[in-house]
Amino acid sequence: MTDLDTFRKEARSWLEANCPPEMRQPVKGDDDVCWGGRNWVFSSPAQKQWLDVMAAKGWTVPDWPVAYGGGGLSPEQTKALRQEMAKLNCRSPLNSFGIWMLGPALLKFGTEEQKLHYLPQIARGEIRWCQGYSEPGSGSDLVSLQTFGEDKGDHWVVNGQKIWTSYADKADWIFCLVRTNKEDKYQGISFLLFDMTTPGVTTKPILLISGASPFCETFFDNVAVPKHQIVGELNRGWDVAKYLLGHEREMISGMGGDGGMASLGSFYADVLNDNPVLRAEMAMFEVENLAFRAHSERFMDEWKTGRAHPAYSNLMKYVGTELNKKRHEIVMAAGGSDALEWESARTNGGARPRAWLRTKANSIEGGTSEVMLNVVSKRILEMPGA
Amino acid sequence: MGLYHTEDQAMLKDSVAPFLAENGSIKQLRSLRDSNDATGFARDLWSQFAEMGLNGILIPEAEGGLGLGHVEAGIVLEEIGRNLTASPFLSTAVAAVEALKSASADMRAQWFPKIAGGEAVIGLALEEGKKHNPAATALKAERSGNGFKLTGAKTFVVHGHVADLLLVSARTAGAAGEEAGITLFAVPRDAAGLTAEADRLVDSSMSARITLDGVQVDADAVIGEVDAGWAPLTALLNAGRLGASAELVGVGTGAMDMTFDYLKQRKQFGKVIGEFQALQHRAAHLYGEMEGARSIVLKAQQMLDDGDPRGEMFVSAAKAKAAKSTNLAVREGVQMHGGMGMTDAYDIGLYMKRDRALNEVFGDLYFHADKLAKMNGY
Repeated sequence: MTDLDTFRKEARSWLEANCPPEMRQPVKGDDDVCWGGRNWVFSSPAQKQWLDVMAAKGWTVPDWPVAYGGGGLSPEQTKALRQEMAKLNCRSPLNSFGIWMLGPALLKFGTEEQKLHYLPQIARGEIRWCQGYSEPGSGSDLVSLQTFGEDKGDHWVVNGQKIWTSYADKADWIFCLVRTNKEDKYQGISFLLFDMTTPGVTTKPILLISGASPFCETFFDNVAVPKHQIVGELNRGWDVAKYLLGHEREMISGMGGDGGMASLGSFYADVLNDNPVLRAEMAMFEVENLAFRAHSERFMDEWKTGRAHPAYSNLMKYVGTELNKKRHEIVMAAGGSDALEWESARTNGGARPRAWLRTKANSIEGGTSEVMLNVVSKRILEMPGA
Repeated sequence: MGLYHTEDQAMLKDSVAPFLAENGSIKQLRSLRDSNDATGFARDLWSQFAEMGLNGILIPEAEGGLGLGHVEAGIVLEEIGRNLTASPFLSTAVAAVEALKSASADMRAQWFPKIAGGEAVIGLALEEGKKHNPAATALKAERSGNGFKLTGAKTFVVHGHVADLLLVSARTAGAAGEEAGITLFAVPRDAAGLTAEADRLVDSSMSARITLDGVQVDADAVIGEVDAGWAPLTALLNAGRLGASAELVGVGTGAMDMTFDYLKQRKQFGKVIGEFQALQHRAAHLYGEMEGARSIVLKAQQMLDDGDPRGEMFVSAAKAKAAKSTNLAVREGVQMHGGMGMTDAYDIGLYMKRDRALNEVFGDLYFHADKLAKMNGY
């Protein structure tokens, strides 16, 4: 038996012994996912127990170093752990922008002090982070952002407005792009971290077409940020932001198969067999879904072993989000008039139409499909032009 | 195991790619076509394949082959696709070999050395209608003497007119459309009563319509069990479908690369046309489609090599996705080449023709999407 086989076997028996049965059931909706943070209210004792045992093991972030709250696992072990969790239907113990986005950036650009301070809090789900990137006038053209940090010696005073800040109203801290030099567009942005309870920070949820408000407008009115809360060098925050966007795109691309390899069509067999053209659409979707799952697996394997093109996550983001939109279009068609119900208890409060509408943001947030295609064509295909 | 090529597999690719670019190029395909060659492939190249050991890639080591798997066969096939090489490799060294693994020791001892040595070509006589449907086999095999008498017709037998041996699916029980009751036979092409009518296809390959008029074979011509030919046939089809998928990925990638080069050279309105966003977005989308195809094909290859029970389903997904993506690659290729894409002088049209034929081999996009749906219960 190889070391990896041994690890896999031990991981499996540990998961069987430690993952509560409730945490092996499918997630019942947005409220049933654990995000952690100071104000988090666990939906069940099992949710808390699962987070606690996984965090103690370092397996909320299995591939981070042990010193920062991780499990210290190799890429192969991390993949094996994920596969064993999938086989047992174990839920993710913690959803977190800290894990998906800030953590990787801190690991690469943070000081040792910053890593030791922030990363374990993220790993244990103690601090919930949000991302302050987009502004009303700076969407796809993010680098034109105007939120300004004025140098006051030992701190900056930040003024401005962010938009599309996911869960800003629920987050404890923000990682934020702030202009610290008005003369240089690219090398005039710094990457700052600050507490959302700092005086001068206010948030206002934005009501979306899905009826939910996962995004906020976030306002900064003379917010004081100590100088040691900068990640990377002064005015070089764009480097950090670009690196982090790669991880964000990697994360969003994973949504493409939010049902995994399982057959979507098998749930709707009766409807499909009465509607041959819809059946054909579903069959084509299933081909694309399996291809995407294999594509994701290949990308992750190549990414973690340094084989992937550095801009490849842009391609995955494009393919994954477009596929997820397609999935929900087909689900709506297969659901027919039942899938139009917006509030009824039997449709779980209109879960299907709300999820369908939510997916329309997939190809906008974190870089639009059009921007992704620009990046792929220029950086991977090396097409000419500016 | 990661979903990428191992070092050994990468080395195989590094030796096969320059070999085929040198010896099995599009230039050779044109020369076969333009000289009205009646064989359909270059015999010299088939011998060179054997010298490199490629023909025995799937034959067990104990029986004189390399004992490698579908990933390795796919590496060869992708290069065949990229170069549009005319070769019996897919039918003989991949699909037929997988069927012959179910054959008697005698039959294997007779044919594996000839395949590995480049001395034999094997034709696959499976189709009776114009669309792939292996279960629809109606060609009749009746008990006769110490063996069987075969009567009926087959179509789309690539290289069938020059093959040394034909693998023929025949009905020994049940009715057309049923998987049970089919028997797979090994029939020498020079058997009495067997005629082959050759025709050139759109991609310049040679294919035959075969007629069997009471062809007598011995009982030991049966591959696997009588009435249970579906098992060796499934092994043949899995290997053939997945091999065709790998070849399609080569065709699509070759067409795509050629097109991207063209976008970087051709000037209009005072600009290289690759500067236009309308074309850049389509190029990037196409790249994503081909990468998806490459991924599912590799996934299915690893699954077949591992004996994964989901292998057959992933083979269908791979063939469907490779067919869909490569078809996009050749259509975008011709369109983006503009008027030049319509000329015989440019190679992009040859890619379009090979894609059309490969799409049809062992079941097209629609067949495999339908099969996937059926396997998922709808």
